[in-house]
Amino acid sequence: MSINRREFLKIAGISLLGFGGASAVKKHLMGDNWVEASEVLRSPDALTAQQWAMVVDVRKITTMNDYKKIVEACHSIHNVPDFRNPKDEIKWIWKDTFEHTFPTSGHPYMEEGIEEKPFLLLCNHCENPPCVRVCPTKATFKSKDGITMVDFHRCIGCRFCMAACPYGARSFNWRDPRPFIKKTNPEFPTRTKGVVEKCNFCAERLAKGLEPACVEASNGAMVFGDLKDPDSEVRRILRTHYTIVRKPELGTRPSVYYVIGG
Amino acid sequence: MLEKALTGSRRYWLWICVLLALSGIGFIAYLRQFTYGLGITGMSRDVTWGLYIGQFTFLVGVAASGVMLVLPYYLHNYKKFGKITILGEFMAVAAVTMCVLFIFVDMGQPMRIMNVMLHPTPNSIMFWDSVVLLGYLMLNIIIGWTVLGAERKEVPPPSWVKPLIYLSIAWAPSIHTVTAFLYAGLPGRHFWLTAIMAARFLASAFASGPALLILLCFIIRRTTRFDPGKEAIQTLGKIVTYFMITNVFFFGLEVFTAFYSQIPGHMHSFEYLYAGLEEHRVLVPLMWTSAVLAIVAVILLINPATRKNEITLGLASVAVFLSLWIDKGFGLVIGGFVPNPFETVTEYWPTLPETLITIGVWAAGFLILTVLYKVAISVKEELA
Repeated sequence: MSINRREFLKIAGISLLGFGGASAVKKHLMGDNWVEASEVLRSPDALTAQQWAMVVDVRKITTMNDYKKIVEACHSIHNVPDFRNPKDEIKWIWKDTFEHTFPTSGHPYMEEGIEEKPFLLLCNHCENPPCVRVCPTKATFKSKDGITMVDFHRCIGCRFCMAACPYGARSFNWRDPRPFIKKTNPEFPTRTKGVVEKCNFCAERLAKGLEPACVEASNGAMVFGDLKDPDSEVRRILRTHYTIVRKPELGTRPSVYYVIGG
Repeated sequence: MLEKALTGSRRYWLWICVLLALSGIGFIAYLRQFTYGLGITGMSRDVTWGLYIGQFTFLVGVAASGVMLVLPYYLHNYKKFGKITILGEFMAVAAVTMCVLFIFVDMGQPMRIMNVMLHPTPNSIMFWDSVVLLGYLMLNIIIGWTVLGAERKEVPPPSWVKPLIYLSIAWAPSIHTVTAFLYAGLPGRHFWLTAIMAARFLASAFASGPALLILLCFIIRRTTRFDPGKEAIQTLGKIVTYFMITNVFFFGLEVFTAFYSQIPGHMHSFEYLYAGLEEHRVLVPLMWTSAVLAIVAVILLINPATRKNEITLGLASVAVFLSLWIDKGFGLVIGGFVPNPFETVTEYWPTLPETLITIGVWAAGFLILTVLYKVAISVKEELA
């Protein structure tokens, strides 16, 4: 088979279009107006960090009311539905026992009272997150501030991230959540059925210069700050207190630390 | 060649109608799932994968095992398989199609499935799994169709198909290895976090797939004028024997590591599956059924007299297939989620719509298998 110059150019042109593909089309359609979502400018008020982290001082959260207030502060602003059944359950922050929170750290002769004491659980925003590693669409990703984010519009609902998360931090919308939201907050998106969601360290509040809602509602029991800034409040507490993280043996490097006693 | 699937006996059309009806029922059930969401299944926040992903995992193995007919013929010139390599290739096509369908029905947002291609993510094993599965599907369609077409015209297959055949031989284990990596690389899921997961997958695949092929050969011999050959079936029997023994051995290795080390996380899933944890014991009868079937199969297969007798070989093949279907299509996936990351137990059992959808996908797969086999066997009958 032989081809002439004209045919060669035609094939070469089509191939080029194929290889140059997406970016060429984008450029052509959008011209110089094409911007990536990540290029969006931050507000001058925004709180920023290299790796946001949290310390939960379990000693300072004592009454059931304290817990309720913290959980409610989060769930109400993030439009977290209440299904009242464990099968469909969606939760961003919740409480559980020491045994369930730190299943590999306990022993049968623990300090009195610790068995009954509730602990707050939320996404650990790991420095080395397995959920981000497994996501086939980059719908779950690390933000510049070290927050593990979920793009509700890109998630295909394969739930690989839920199998990968060793902390049970992720929830899936098994059905349409909207009828089960007590009072919708128009400032934050509601979700559709079939996508995964979880705590986002209040990225939308940080962007406006506000601390996470749970931290605000915790009366100083939860402290938020930059793990990579040696002068941050978080680092000061980590320096001066004995703290633990959940399942450190897995190498995920959680960013949520717990002060237990002492 | 496809026109050969359009003529057939009454029995053939009756079978096609049954499969169409089952797929149709599955499709209607799927429409309900599509509107309501995956909450219609037995899955929950704690057990986030169930029957669908289990079937997917099992069927990737069945698909990969087509190579057990292709490899001896093309690499070792084992002539007895020459007539039936097409059965392996077309079984692989049907099985991979079922895999794709099972992934599709498991998606929370199925309309976004192309995001996997639009945003290719090489660090995700699921991305690679879709690449290798689609590649394997294409390879088997092209190879199977071309070789069969050449056979029909009584000419040797074109030379370009040889490199593709060699590629497909290397490709087959890769699809099941990558599928094992979906599980074997997750921190905190002790039941799956094992280096022999891929090896175990391949052993069970090369037992269950050829077991199905033996049964299909028996059916073909009874219902058509094409005989796959007694010796070919016996060789398949030996393949099933070796890989079933290897599979049971690998399982034993897992049990040893878990229970001799006495590490609680490593023991819990096994305890849940085979003894139950406290009052949670839904899967125990099923897992023991699998274990007993495996033992029965191994006895029937090792004993030369029962392996050579086609009735007992058939029984052994049924036992192998069912045992591994339970083990991989059910126990493997659920066992990984129980206990959950908080060391508590949420049980799983599929719901009716979920079961109907699953049956529907199997029916669609068997429909493809029937049509492809009808074409292949019609060609062979004409030549005979």
